[in-house]
Amino acid sequence: MTDIQEAKKKASWDSPETRKNLARRQRSERLFRNIGLSAIIIALCMLATLLVSIAGKGYSAFVQTRFTIDITFSEEVIDPKGERDEEVLRAASYGSLVRDALRQEFPQVTSRRDLRPLFGIVSKGAAAQLREMVMENPDLIGQTLPVQLVASDDMDMFNKGFIDRNVVEEDRRVKDREIAWFDQLDQKGAVETVFNTDFFVSGDSREPEIAGIWGAMVGSFYTLMVTFFISFPIGVMTAIYLEEFAPQNKFTDIIEVNINNLAAVPSIVFGLLGLALFLNVAHLPRSAPVVGGLTLALMTLPTIIIAARAAIRAVPDSIRQGALGLGASPQQTAFHHVLPLSMPGILTGTIIGLSQALGETAPLLMIGMVAFIVDIPGGFTDPATVLPVQIFLWADSPERAFVEKTSGAILVLLGFLIFMNALAVLLRKKFERRW
Amino acid sequence: MLAEVQPPETSEHPAIISAKEVSVYYSDKKALNAVSLDIGENQITSLIGPSGCGKSTFLRCLNRMNDTVPGCRVEGKITLDGHDIYASSVDEVLLRARVGMVFQKPNPFPKSIYDNVAYGPRIHGLAKNKDELDDIVLTSLEKAGLLKEVRDRLNATGTGLSGGQQQRLCIARALAVQPDIILMDEPCSALDPIATAKVEELIEELRENYTIIIVTHSMQQAARISQKTAFFHLGEIVEVGDTEQLFTSPSDERTQGYITGRFG
Repeated sequence: MTDIQEAKKKASWDSPETRKNLARRQRSERLFRNIGLSAIIIALCMLATLLVSIAGKGYSAFVQTRFTIDITFSEEVIDPKGERDEEVLRAASYGSLVRDALRQEFPQVTSRRDLRPLFGIVSKGAAAQLREMVMENPDLIGQTLPVQLVASDDMDMFNKGFIDRNVVEEDRRVKDREIAWFDQLDQKGAVETVFNTDFFVSGDSREPEIAGIWGAMVGSFYTLMVTFFISFPIGVMTAIYLEEFAPQNKFTDIIEVNINNLAAVPSIVFGLLGLALFLNVAHLPRSAPVVGGLTLALMTLPTIIIAARAAIRAVPDSIRQGALGLGASPQQTAFHHVLPLSMPGILTGTIIGLSQALGETAPLLMIGMVAFIVDIPGGFTDPATVLPVQIFLWADSPERAFVEKTSGAILVLLGFLIFMNALAVLLRKKFERRW
Repeated sequence: MLAEVQPPETSEHPAIISAKEVSVYYSDKKALNAVSLDIGENQITSLIGPSGCGKSTFLRCLNRMNDTVPGCRVEGKITLDGHDIYASSVDEVLLRARVGMVFQKPNPFPKSIYDNVAYGPRIHGLAKNKDELDDIVLTSLEKAGLLKEVRDRLNATGTGLSGGQQQRLCIARALAVQPDIILMDEPCSALDPIATAKVEELIEELRENYTIIIVTHSMQQAARISQKTAFFHLGEIVEVGDTEQLFTSPSDERTQGYITGRFG
């Protein structure tokens, strides 16, 4: 009797209890969905905040203030003997050309006390700019023509609105007389804001207005080349050996555990290892991409091995059996079938490993790639720095103008990272295979 | 030597493969217990039995595919044309070129149809030039009854074919290496009835030139295509004999039970 009643209760579709249960279940599902959704929204908001703040600070690094000033390329100053000898042209005092031009532009400034700041409104790089022009075209000597000179970092900041003219003079980096000079040039239409090519084509500098990231980009390129050519072949070969050939025993188990642990070792430790091994034992050059690349290769290896092993394991066994059944040797099976089929996955893992290496700073600090290097590295053994270290160096600099440089360099680095990760996604999509 | 291992059942086909007291262990587990079997030349021999009875294990001993399984150990003696295939002088890679294999699930390489068939001849250096290779590929496809269907799309990928076509491609691939013996591990279990009929027809045609050993779950299939049948149960051969005799008047009651559907 009671059994029948209970069975009836269970089968009921709309008893109050069933409805209560149903409402509770649906509520909990809704709740779970909302929690998941809000987690994603929070993450997206943080990402957006980060990007907006960096882009907001950094976009101005891509433009540059220039003053158009008439320059007289006086033969007396540049080449008094008229020989047009390259050495003489290079050694000439172009700074005095700039100073003469500024004196002519602002005849009202005469006191020594005022002349120094006046000469300071154009960048110290202006002289080099003129030298380059003359070296390229010696016919300029003797002519007078308007030249766009790079403004000093303070004038640049003022022009970009980062320095407020309404602040009391004592608290302001740009003084009243400098603002007056700026306004005078501005009224003439001589102040121009142009695309900052210097940022992309020159190396680091003490003067923020002419500091660029090209040196760091080249350094990063050389470093990543070394990293790739060391870690990719070794990593892939290791993965193939472990997956396809190695016997299953204690020894390979220990290796496997160690590789997985290596992937979790803090990168600074790899830096110390690189310092001990490549600099102190092998005596490779300090601050060089070859050492940085080797150190980063140590760090990238576990990532590549793990990704490659996963990709190799994803190749169905039936392919191996098919090849072996035809009389292919294990090596032929691995290199004719398994490796080509797992290549997209291996490349994806490699690119992700390399993009990690591209963004890595700490291990490079240990091997001296944190030096201030103005020259563009010309090879694997030249002193160099890399993008993230450049960011680190600039973030440490006191000048206001380096703030925007830092953000600008971060934008460039992020651009590269996004590009590399997009490439990895594309590769995976393109070669994705269904069995 | 061959005379020693002649089966008790009289057969006009001389034995090409002869297994004697073959036992197989996976680590510590014994999968096959002292199996002896002679395989007649140019005959279809089917191996039947319930799941896990060791028939696939036995099949994979014949081309040493079990060597690729970690922890697998084979005892006893298997001879091919009187040569011990487990002797240290025998290279398993060359053995597999003589003893081809077709698997349960069609497993064409994700390459073109042409390359699938040409792969074996290429690695074994069977063709001196492109023309010879073309010839081998076309003959193999013809023998596998696939040429008509794929003649105008040899460069299409092999995985794009239907299941039955894929399996016939795998057979063509095995034929291209010019083996003497073809092992088939439930070649029709993943195919629909029409594709199965085609593959069975093909297997019967191949009998003229090849020795075929086929593992099958379908007793009807064994009855339809094979001349000899061996019934495996719990890692042992219970009964082996001419197919007709085994299915009509089995001498062992376990065989009787299996073929009448009482277990399996």
